[in-house]
Amino acid sequence: MLEVKDIWKVFNAGTVNEKQALRGVSLTLNDGDFCTVIGGNGAGKSTLLNAVAGTWPVDGGTISIGGVNVTHLPDYKRAPYIGRVFQDPMLGTAPTMQILENLALAARRGQRRGLRWGVNKAEKDRYQEMLKNLDLGLEDRLTSKVGLLSGGQRQALTLLMASLKKPKLLLLDEHTAALDPKTAAKVLELSDRIVAESQLTTMMVTHNMKDAIQHGNRLIMMYDGKIVIDVSGEEKKKLTVPQLLELFNKVSGSDEADDKLLLS
Amino acid sequence: MLSFIGALPGAVSQGLIWGIMAVGVYITYKILDIADLTVDGSFCTGGAVFVVLFGSGANLWLAMLAALAAGLLAGLVTGLLHTACGIPAILAGILTQLALWSVNLAIMGMKANVAINVTDPANLDRLLVSLRFVQDVAKGTRPFYRHPILVVGVFSLAIISVLYWFFGTELGASLRATGANPNMARAQGINTDTGKVLGLMLSNGLVALSGALLSQYQSFADSSMGKGAIVIGLAAVIIGQVVFGRIFRNFALKMLAVSLGAVIYYAVIQAVVSLSNINTNYLKLISAVIVAVFLSIPYWKGKYFHAKVKTGGASHA
Repeated sequence: MLEVKDIWKVFNAGTVNEKQALRGVSLTLNDGDFCTVIGGNGAGKSTLLNAVAGTWPVDGGTISIGGVNVTHLPDYKRAPYIGRVFQDPMLGTAPTMQILENLALAARRGQRRGLRWGVNKAEKDRYQEMLKNLDLGLEDRLTSKVGLLSGGQRQALTLLMASLKKPKLLLLDEHTAALDPKTAAKVLELSDRIVAESQLTTMMVTHNMKDAIQHGNRLIMMYDGKIVIDVSGEEKKKLTVPQLLELFNKVSGSDEADDKLLLS
Repeated sequence: MLSFIGALPGAVSQGLIWGIMAVGVYITYKILDIADLTVDGSFCTGGAVFVVLFGSGANLWLAMLAALAAGLLAGLVTGLLHTACGIPAILAGILTQLALWSVNLAIMGMKANVAINVTDPANLDRLLVSLRFVQDVAKGTRPFYRHPILVVGVFSLAIISVLYWFFGTELGASLRATGANPNMARAQGINTDTGKVLGLMLSNGLVALSGALLSQYQSFADSSMGKGAIVIGLAAVIIGQVVFGRIFRNFALKMLAVSLGAVIYYAVIQAVVSLSNINTNYLKLISAVIVAVFLSIPYWKGKYFHAKVKTGGASHA
């Protein structure tokens, strides 16, 4: 479904702040894979996700989604294939627009937007049903402005929006990092449910090793702009946090990153 | 006092005309979150195009349409400077505005102002609005439905209705999303650059249309007629929000509030002029101060005044 081949990305090239964020990353996700991505700060996790989403062009390599080469497409042209949930709950929704309007915008992801009415009656009922399933009490607040919602409610809504029109690839970029533990757990559970229901191919960046092990069928760890660990299937199911740390130390050849990873 | 009341119908008419420009400013400032300074130039462009075409015998509506088109074009230039060339929006607007100064003069045959011949009754009658109609209706020499307040009022309502419809469509909603959260818009497959260009075009189209109406009303176009237009537009947006914000929640009503905001602005200015003998050259200074104060209020509110929370009483903890 997703095929990333030898991509490179350098920030601030030629300056003292030069940062080789991605150094020849290759990754293939099969249909229905749920891959968690971990790594320390500056390892390239979010950069990889942004490269796939098309936030900026990569310096080398190719990216294709569902057989379509998207390497040279800007983010909004990749949107038909990709559902996204950002780390910052503010980024995924339009705060001054209604819940209903946000959903209607998401339902038309990748479609030509013309002069038809922005929301029709049939979809209103459908959204109400979907919001009821979220169990956040949003079903009666269809016409409320999204700016009035809490961070957790917004992330849940963004998740719903990202999956409303089934994407070929769902990108979750530390989408629970800004939430309190209880809300984070709820949003994660919701993510699992949505991914399972629609059998979405998913990439989830997280800082939390436990979450990375518990969720999905595949785990990759990044270090210094490269994928250093890639486990899947039975092997991943049996993985524990100490094992993962040990693996990481072996690959990176140091243990100074231990605390950073554990604590963050 | 009498002179103020006598001048009121004129002030209201003029306010309604500027209100259309203010609705254009509302589109960029409030919906797209861009402060677009093109309007100071495109307002005059609309007036210039109209006067020159109308003067050469063109049909009234055709001349108005041409003014609208000129405004759309001005917005397109600013939009492309901003999106395709990466120039910050405010600077892109200033560049277009500066360029339009020359363009406007060129349209008017390198003259600072061009008049419409209103001494010819037949020519005057072809106009949609004119200051003279205010007096004519008062005297009874012209039917009441030609009164500029009525004509421009209906015209404004028609424009607001069309905009209300447009911003409810898929395309319009994508424009609102572009202004509300560009990240979200792009993630939903919306080309935010196209959205911005479209919004700037729409806005300047309305501004030029307003300029065309004003040049009819005062029967001439002047190269400096748009000076400070952005400030008047912002004043109208802010006054509308302050006066009607609590009761007008619906999107169409919000635009109506902007239009009425312009009327209030002109009525106040008229009051100042008729009641205080002030040198009218100070009006721009007064406008700037008023707008600066109103723009500061929300900031001060957030910084120095906090909503009072009820203290005391039983604790529920």
